[in-house]
Amino acid sequence: MNTSKTQKHRADLLVSCVHDRAPDLIPALEAEVKRRGLEGEVKVVEAGCRGFCSMGPVLLIQPDGTFYVNVQPADVPEMVEETLVKGRVVERMTYQEPSSHACALYEDISFYSKQHRIVLRNCGMLNPASVEEYIAVGGYEAVGKALFDMTPEGVIEEVKKAGLRGRGGAGFAAARKWETGRKAEGDIKYVLANGDEGDPNCFMDRALMEADPHSILEGMIIGAYAMDAHQGYIYIPYEHTLSVKTMRNAIESARAYGLIGEDILGSGFDFEVEVRVGAHSFVGGESTALMHAIEGTVSEPRPKHIHTTEVGLWGKPTCLNNVKTWNLVPEIIGKGAEWFASIGTEKSTGTQVFSLAGKINNVGLAEVPMGTTIRELIFDVGGGIPNGREFKAIQIGGPSGGAVPASLLDMPMDYETLEEAGSMMGTGGVVVLDDRSCVIDVARYFLDFLKDQSCGKCSSCREGIRYMLEMLTNITEGKGKMSDLEVLERMGKSVKISSMCGLGKSVPNPVLSTLRHFRDEYVAHIEDHKCPAGVCKALIEHYINDQCNGCGLCLRKCPQDAITGEKKELHTIDAEKCIQCGVCFDVCRFDAVGVR
Amino acid sequence: MEQTKLERVDEIIDCYGADKALSLAVLQEIQTEYNYLPRELLERVAERLGLPEGEVYRMATFYHSFSTKPRGDFCIRVCMGTACHVNGGPRVLEAFERELGIKAGESTPDGAYSLEATACLGACAQAPYVTINEEPHAKVTTDRVSDVVATCNCALPEAE
Ligand SMILES: Cc1cc2nc3c(=O)[nH]c(=O)nc-3n(C[C@H](O)[C@H](O)[C@H](O)COP(=O)(O)O)c2cc1C
Ligand code: SF4
Ligand code: FES
Repeated sequence: MNTSKTQKHRADLLVSCVHDRAPDLIPALEAEVKRRGLEGEVKVVEAGCRGFCSMGPVLLIQPDGTFYVNVQPADVPEMVEETLVKGRVVERMTYQEPSSHACALYEDISFYSKQHRIVLRNCGMLNPASVEEYIAVGGYEAVGKALFDMTPEGVIEEVKKAGLRGRGGAGFAAARKWETGRKAEGDIKYVLANGDEGDPNCFMDRALMEADPHSILEGMIIGAYAMDAHQGYIYIPYEHTLSVKTMRNAIESARAYGLIGEDILGSGFDFEVEVRVGAHSFVGGESTALMHAIEGTVSEPRPKHIHTTEVGLWGKPTCLNNVKTWNLVPEIIGKGAEWFASIGTEKSTGTQVFSLAGKINNVGLAEVPMGTTIRELIFDVGGGIPNGREFKAIQIGGPSGGAVPASLLDMPMDYETLEEAGSMMGTGGVVVLDDRSCVIDVARYFLDFLKDQSCGKCSSCREGIRYMLEMLTNITEGKGKMSDLEVLERMGKSVKISSMCGLGKSVPNPVLSTLRHFRDEYVAHIEDHKCPAGVCKALIEHYINDQCNGCGLCLRKCPQDAITGEKKELHTIDAEKCIQCGVCFDVCRFDAVGVR
Repeated sequence: MEQTKLERVDEIIDCYGADKALSLAVLQEIQTEYNYLPRELLERVAERLGLPEGEVYRMATFYHSFSTKPRGDFCIRVCMGTACHVNGGPRVLEAFERELGIKAGESTPDGAYSLEATACLGACAQAPYVTINEEPHAKVTTDRVSDVVATCNCALPEAE
């Protein structure tokens, strides 16, 4: 993307992931650029997240597209000398494809070249603190188009034609919601952005707010115009300090350009928006719970006999969308519904952002068209499984989703297909499991997480979680019975039916999906007292194999003094004393410690 | 001492215009300032905002980022997010428990350390991930735990 901002300079250095991981990198770059007298030619930009978390901090040099990974302050002098002064690539700083060779150019890296970045279009490409840079890439043009060339109904029609579905998890049609909101009686209406992101493994909403805040604001302005709302709130947990700060700064700078406030761009349309800071909780992202939090009470859900689009925040018609949904609106208005609808599948249009984590090489954020297969996402974009291990499953959709096994690798990922497989798109959190991950342990983990997240209003949800958790715990400890499986299945189904909000309705998914796809692992735990993945402590045993050269490291580190052996001779673990803590496994440099 | 705390809380409350709808923000500021939510201060918040005490308590205990117990000088947070879980987070947490002789959710008797298990800290690429007073520690394996704890002693807060 060669924008006007780059024209003034010979090169832009777009630096990502500096916030937590390399606070010294930007000052180091700036100092070196200055020392070499390149200030007028080279600009250092603190860009937001580029999604390549496993390789950060990363540096993209524009316009030529040279891309460096794992950039440290110590690399700076060499990089400036070689690349900026002499125009040569520093080989050792480039990305190495797991499958083949070094890749010097951004566009050649398969992690990026196989993506289709719409939501993430500006992430890592510009300075999130600068409204000017956003405007330079065509930002806020869609607001102009909507306010001056389109009627509110026309905007809704366009979003409907695009087939835009909410990106917050349920995939509800955005236009339907807006339409109800528009038609609802009321002098005051609200639009809300959901930036809660309570899924314990997602970081895309946060990354988006921190990297491209204006796209969210722009979408909200357009949505407010469509719904005839004049006040908006963006809800963010206070733990996400940088998101809060970046969004607040964006609001102020947009206001300075007349894009927020009274009479936006002279159109006569008024819109105010504010960041409301909440506190993190999973159920807090549910629509009615979120509204409670903005009102100042505990974020617990309420029954939705009446839709929040009619009776929402402070009893007024309210339209809540995820921050990614809002971010897509300007693109749809700008490029047209047909363009958007041509991407993805018929029922799930556009793209989906996945956060890839767990046992995968390219941990990070990846955006691909809806309907992309699991194989393409995990192996082409995600670079496959580390250490040559075997792919076992993905757990998708977070605690509300389910496990999808290797046999379904060629399944396209869209809302419907995933649901049929017993999982869920959810917010797009993908945790990759390999043959060393135990699916029962993961299901148990989610229940354990959810037991503290259920607000407890529905006994089915509250007690159901506890009961299923107890059963799964027993199974992982080798105390399960075969009859438990049937009970789990029944109970899971009944919790789904009788709980009020989406949390309770989806709580059993991880259990039900693993029962469906990995029944043999349950059986192995119950009947053979074995954890095939080597995870469940009560069912495993650490042992030392003949790779051991007697270096003695594990012996010194074992907290139980369970390891004995003479120097330079094979060591052994006393099974009686061993607590399966795994320290010997972690510390051994010779792969001599195994788990069985 | 207690009086100054109460005055400070009054200041915070006033700063939010004693608005009930912003009670969460008030609690957040108190939490940031004192590292936990002392009982007397919660009572004051309830009284000043005209909320039932039970409601304020419920808020203070509902969210995991609030603590109603004092935290240690070094607050060690071990990520229990999904990515960290599958990469051995629980074993790392146990290693910290052994090293410090306390369970997650507790503080050492001398008040030096507290240990918490938290939800995803947003650094899944660096799993298992640990922070000590916000300072990041990436890819912490069980064998590195004692070294990580030892870094605290080098970073003792300056005596005031
Ligand atoms: C337990 C639970 C947690 C949720 N968490 C979130 C969340 O973190 N972010 C989000 O955008 N939506 C979340 N949702 C979905 C919201 O209720 C709501 O459907 C969504 O924000 C609407 O926006 P959308 O139509 O753009 O998806 C959650 C729902 C449930 C039941
Ligand atoms: S389903 Fe669970 S989280 Fe949702 S309202 Fe009922 S008890 Fe609360
Ligand atoms: S799961 Fe630990 S940082 Fe995300």
